[in-house]
Amino acid sequence: MSETAKQLESLLARRYKHGFVTDIDADTVPPGLDEDVVRLISRKKGEPSFLTEWRLKALRHWLTLSEPHWSHTTYPPIDYQAISYYSAPKSKTDGPKSLDEVDPKLLETYEKLGVPLHERARLAGVAVDAVFDSVSVATTFKERLIEAGVLFYPFSEAVQKHPELIERYLGSVVPYTDNFFASLNSAVFSDGSFVYVPKGVRCPMELSTYFRINAANTGQFERTLIIADDGAYVSYLEGCTAPMRDENQLHAAVVELVALDDARIKYSTVQNWYPGDAEGRGGIYNFVTKRGECRGRNSHISWTQVETGSAITWKYPSCVLRGDGSSGEFYSVATVNNRQQADTGTKMIHIGRDTHSTIISKGISAGRGQNTYRGLVKILPSAHGARNFTQCDSLLMGGKCGAHTFPYVEVKNPSATVEHEASTSKISEDELFYCLARGISREDAVNLIVSGFCKSVFKELPMEFAVEAQNLLAVSLEGAVG
Amino acid sequence: MLKIENLHVKVDGKEILKGLTLTVAPGEVHAVMGPNGSGKSTLANVLAGRPGYEITAGSVTFQGRDLLALAPEERSREGVFLGFQYPVEIPGVNNVYLLKAAVNAARKHRGLDEVDAFEFLTLVREKMRLMRMEESMLSRGVNEGFSGGEKKRNEILQMLVLEPRLAILDETDSGLDIDALKIVANGVNTLRSPERSLVLVTHYQRLLDYIVPDHVHVLVKGRIVRSGDKSLALELEKRGYDWVTGEAA
Repeated sequence: MSETAKQLESLLARRYKHGFVTDIDADTVPPGLDEDVVRLISRKKGEPSFLTEWRLKALRHWLTLSEPHWSHTTYPPIDYQAISYYSAPKSKTDGPKSLDEVDPKLLETYEKLGVPLHERARLAGVAVDAVFDSVSVATTFKERLIEAGVLFYPFSEAVQKHPELIERYLGSVVPYTDNFFASLNSAVFSDGSFVYVPKGVRCPMELSTYFRINAANTGQFERTLIIADDGAYVSYLEGCTAPMRDENQLHAAVVELVALDDARIKYSTVQNWYPGDAEGRGGIYNFVTKRGECRGRNSHISWTQVETGSAITWKYPSCVLRGDGSSGEFYSVATVNNRQQADTGTKMIHIGRDTHSTIISKGISAGRGQNTYRGLVKILPSAHGARNFTQCDSLLMGGKCGAHTFPYVEVKNPSATVEHEASTSKISEDELFYCLARGISREDAVNLIVSGFCKSVFKELPMEFAVEAQNLLAVSLEGAVG
Repeated sequence: MLKIENLHVKVDGKEILKGLTLTVAPGEVHAVMGPNGSGKSTLANVLAGRPGYEITAGSVTFQGRDLLALAPEERSREGVFLGFQYPVEIPGVNNVYLLKAAVNAARKHRGLDEVDAFEFLTLVREKMRLMRMEESMLSRGVNEGFSGGEKKRNEILQMLVLEPRLAILDETDSGLDIDALKIVANGVNTLRSPERSLVLVTHYQRLLDYIVPDHVHVLVKGRIVRSGDKSLALELEKRGYDWVTGEAA
C-alpha cells in the first residue's frame, strides 16, 4: 500500500456526525406482530375499516412470505417478533397546532442536525412536514398550499380528511402483495406523507419531509403516497438523518407515486442514516420499496437519490411507464464506506408507446464497502418505439471495497432502443497529487474529485439539496481514498 | 530562496539523483537541462512533494525552512509551484473551481479571508487574455479534452493567478508549437521579479530564447556536471549532450 493510502486509511475512522439520541417519552407498543397489533395500530390512528382490513390482508399475506436473500448483502437474521411496531411521541395525543407547541427538545434535535425548521422553512420557502419517529409533529406553509389546492398532510391526517383518495390510490402502485418488506409495511405502516396536486396545478413550493428514527427497537415503516393529477407538477424532497444506536434498526418504507396525463413528479432523496461503526455494527437497514407509475399520457417521473448512510441500503426506485409518451428518470449517487453495503438501482418498465427512460448511476465505494448497481430495463411488446439510456459508473477508493453491476435488460419489442454504458475507475494518485500541488487539502481534493464524478446527478437536485448532498458526501467519504 | 544540498533520491529502489546540489537566489531564473533519464523530472517532482520518491540523503531548504518536511499542499501554500509536464484531467471538476479552491487554500494559510468572487473572476479573465485562452475553458472540466498546448497554457494560468515565490516548470515547452511557446514564455516573463525565482526544467534550449535564464545547469545521471550562463545552453545545442555525458562518464 502506498504512503498516501495508509494515511487515508487512518482518516477513515471518522465518527458519525449526527449520532445522538433525544430523550423523549415514547408511547411504544410491546415487541411482536400479530393481528391484534395491527388492529391496535389501526385503532390508535382511528382508521376507517377499509384500511384496517387492508392492513390485515397485508399481514396475512406477509405471514406466507419469507425474507428474500437475493441482494448482494449479508446481515444477521432479523427477528421480526422482537421489533416494536408502533411508537409515538406523547405530545401526539393533543397534537401541536403550531411550532410553538412542538416539544422544544425535538426542535433542539433538528437544530443539531442542521435543520433549523422554522428558519430554514421560511428562508427556503419549503414546507416541512417533520416526521419524528412515527407521528408528524409540525407542518408549515399550509396556507399557501391550501390556496393552491395542494393537499399535503401527514399520512394519518390524510386518512381522516380524504379517505376516498387513500382508498383509491393506496397500494395501486405497490400492492400489499408486492414483496416481503412492502407487505410488512402495508400491515404496520405508522405514518408518512400524503400529497395530492389537483388538475393543472403547479405546486407553489418544493415539499420536504425530514424523517428520523429515534426510539430504540422501533422499526420505522413510513408510507408515502403522491398523486399528481392531469397536468400537475410537484417536486418532493426527502432527507434523512438518524441518531447513533447500538442495535440495528429496520426501516422498510414504501413510496408510491402516481402521475396522470401530462403530470410531472420529481422526487429527490438525500439519505444519511446512521451507517454503523467502523465494523458495521449498529447501522440502519434500509429496505425500501419506491415506485412511480406514469399512468397518464406524456406523464413524467424523475427519481434522484443521494444515498450516503445506512448499514445496508436495498432500494430500487422504479418507474412503470404505462401512459403513451411517458418518461422516467433515475439519477443516483450511492456511497459506501467502512462496512456499508448498498444494493440499489432502478426498474424501468416500458408498457406504453414511445416511452423513454434514462438511468444515471454513480456508485462510490470506500473502506470495505460493497456497492451494487442492480437495474432492470423491461420493454413489453406493447412499447413501440421505447427508448432507454443507462450509464453506470463506479469509483473505487482503496483496495478493500467492491463495486458490482447487474444490468438486466428484457426487450420484447423490436422497435425499442436500449443503450448501456458502464465504467469502473479509481481516484488516481495523479489526480490527487495535482490538487495537492495546488495547495488544496487532501480531503478537499477528494471531495472535489468525487463531486466531479457525481456532477451529472447533483445537477438534477434542487439547489439547496445539492449543497447538502455535497456536504454529506464530504462527511461520509472524508479521507477515503487510496 | 532554494538550497538543495547533496540530494540523493531513489525511485523503486533505483537511485536517480546522486548528490545534487543547487542554490537559487531570489529573482534568479535557473534552467536545468539534461538528456532523457538524467533525473530532471525527478528533481521537479521531489521539490513539489510527489509520493513515490525516496529521499536517502541530502537536504532541501526553501526560505530557510526544511522543504522536505512539508506536505505537498503546504509547499504550495508556502509559495512553491510545480508546472506539470503532464497535467492530469479531472472530469467534472470545473477548471475555475479548482483554481478558486487553490487560491483560497493559499489565502487561508496566510490568514486572509476567501477571495471575493468578482475580483477573482476579473483577475482570472485578465490572465486568460494574456495566455490567449478562450473564456469557455474556465467552465470546462480541469484539463478535460484540452489539447497538449491548452494544458500547458492552463498550467501557466494557474501560476499567474497563484503568484508563487518559486515556480518549477517541468518541460513546459514540450508539445508546444512556436506560437504557443511564445505565449507561454510571455506569461512566465510577466511573473519575473526580484522576489521570485524560477527553475525551468527542459530538454531543449529553444525555451531559453524566450525566457532568458541567469544560470544554466546540466544534469547528467543524477548530478549537475556543469553550470554556466546562457551561453552554456547554446553550446549544448550546438554540441549535443554527448559532449557533457562523455565528460561525466
